[in-house]
Amino acid sequence: MWDYTEKVKDHFENPRNVGVVDRVDGDGQVGSLSCGDALRLTIQVDKASDRIEDARFQTFGCASAIASSSALTEMVIGKTLDEASKITNEDIANYLGGLPKEKMHCSVMGREALEAASADYRGLVLPMAQGEVVCECFGVTDLEIIRAIKESHLRSVEEITNFTKAGGGCGKCEEKLRAILQKTVQGEAAQPAASGKPKRMTTLQKVKKIEEVLDREIRPVLKKDGGDIELVDVDGDIVTVAMRGACGTCAKSQTTIKEYVEKKLRELVLDSLIVEEGSL
Amino acid sequence: MSGRIIYLDNNATTPVDPEVRAAMMPYLTDLYGNPSSMYSFAGEVAAGLKRARAQVAALIGAMPEEITFTSCGTESDSTAILSAVRTFPEKRHIITTRVEHPAVKNLCENISLFTGHKYRVTQLKVDDRGMLDLAEYEAALSDDTAVVSVMWANNETGVIFPIAEMARMAKKRGILFHTDAVQAVGKVPIDLAALDVDFLSLSGHKLHAPKGVGVLYVKKGTLFTPFLIGGHQERGRRGGTENVASIVALGKACELAVSHMAQENSRVRALRDRLEEGLLARIPKSILNGDKINRLPNTCNISFEYVEGEAILLHMNREGICASSGSACTSGSLEPSHVLRAMGVPFTAAHGSIRFSLSVYNTEEEIDFVLDTMPPIIASLRKLSPFWKED
Repeated sequence: MWDYTEKVKDHFENPRNVGVVDRVDGDGQVGSLSCGDALRLTIQVDKASDRIEDARFQTFGCASAIASSSALTEMVIGKTLDEASKITNEDIANYLGGLPKEKMHCSVMGREALEAASADYRGLVLPMAQGEVVCECFGVTDLEIIRAIKESHLRSVEEITNFTKAGGGCGKCEEKLRAILQKTVQGEAAQPAASGKPKRMTTLQKVKKIEEVLDREIRPVLKKDGGDIELVDVDGDIVTVAMRGACGTCAKSQTTIKEYVEKKLRELVLDSLIVEEGSL
Repeated sequence: MSGRIIYLDNNATTPVDPEVRAAMMPYLTDLYGNPSSMYSFAGEVAAGLKRARAQVAALIGAMPEEITFTSCGTESDSTAILSAVRTFPEKRHIITTRVEHPAVKNLCENISLFTGHKYRVTQLKVDDRGMLDLAEYEAALSDDTAVVSVMWANNETGVIFPIAEMARMAKKRGILFHTDAVQAVGKVPIDLAALDVDFLSLSGHKLHAPKGVGVLYVKKGTLFTPFLIGGHQERGRRGGTENVASIVALGKACELAVSHMAQENSRVRALRDRLEEGLLARIPKSILNGDKINRLPNTCNISFEYVEGEAILLHMNREGICASSGSACTSGSLEPSHVLRAMGVPFTAAHGSIRFSLSVYNTEEEIDFVLDTMPPIIASLRKLSPFWKED
């Protein structure tokens, strides 16, 4: 059972400013269903003064995510965008009388939604999403991690997870997080990785990329022989496919999968992929 | 704690039955002797142990000498699996499932810490109803397989696996078979005399005995290597002075379970069905997780789409209703339940899953209260959710 403050409980049980503003001038959406929490913040802005007239939220998430969102709307209404941009996640947490350390990412989400809504109002693109994805489970980039380390003075991998969720899934990125932490603390900004084929991808990225390669490269070749292929599942590096049409009954389908499909996917998507035949 | 509590989290733990508490109390007061000692009141203590062993054996169709008392289900699981791999030191393959309890899952994944060498671990898949594919199982059995460990019933969905058949298939290949039955014992009939199961784990606090006591059943004739090395207690199978009061309590709880079994499968099942059908009918976009038929009579796991489990539980808590969730936020980890993910439950639903697990102590009136309370809770959270579209 989490140890929530009375203020958190109050904002969870009686959330303020729920919904969408009448005139959406800025729309900020962060998180996703797969991450387990998501927040949409809409703001209505007085154009002359740049003042936030109204802010409303919609949140999918736990009690602290709902409370952080509610608190955020209370904090920004009446402020100019410049004033609002100075609100940090710590401010949101403090407004609520503190959050359990494992839940700090809820306040970070609030801050990110505010930035996204402001950027949307101003017609800007946020830089944070452009970094290299370090945590594949939650799609957290190195830029986001570096920023959290600097802003919240994080000093351990556990703290990074509490604030950004990075490392909270499979835990495979722990070493990377430690390296980023070390570099950042030493004052050397980590360089985003060179472009080209990444070493790590989120499952979602894998699925998209694999589908793309299947469509563009693999299916046309199989179709020449009256066959087809279907992506069944991607679990870690295990890619399960089903052979269809002539390939489904072909004695050599196993060879096709390993020698052709797997080779192609490794070449064009990720080196570590293992392709297996299976069905739903 | 104040106000009324409606306890629907019996797969997590159960309240100690008053009769069980009464049975154990003398062993926390007057009967404090060490059962191994040579004076007469220690003899009474030894008699209490003996009786408890017979009571446990009777519930699961075992012989008293096949029962070893341990500290918990996890200890029983570790003992069984490690004993099995030591029986076949040359074999390097283990079969288990993707939906095992961490007590088995994490041990199998880290078994090299104990054995000093790596094992190939096959984790059998489940389908969208949480059921295993016996053809996949059969294909996985090999001459290199030392042990199969498959839970009798899943703690999150209540789905029951075909243990009798799976054990028979393992036996034919000379492979040891362990089942973690902590959720099944007391809820469904188990007759080990008729099965090819070599090891079975059970836990006291899941059937109205206190926490801190468990049992490992080892079939007569199965080679065994102890996990805790020490004195001669439990015929050398588990060193350490016996947790007498809790063991006596577990014995009594097993005796009560024998008489409650019929009720579990009639009255509790009816209550569960009433709850389940009521929730699914009253709340749109609610989905049952797990097979409807092959299931423990007390368990029901429902996903309420587009809302998050912790938020649901906290609202339920305000109304005095206790249950649990497979959502990420409730566990302190950041990912939703590995069981629901293995079943391919979409994220929209996995984060909003609630497990209700009943017991013989629940009443119809309690269930009706839950049925009236849940729809407004879900509706209020959906009103907040950016993914919810009223239609």
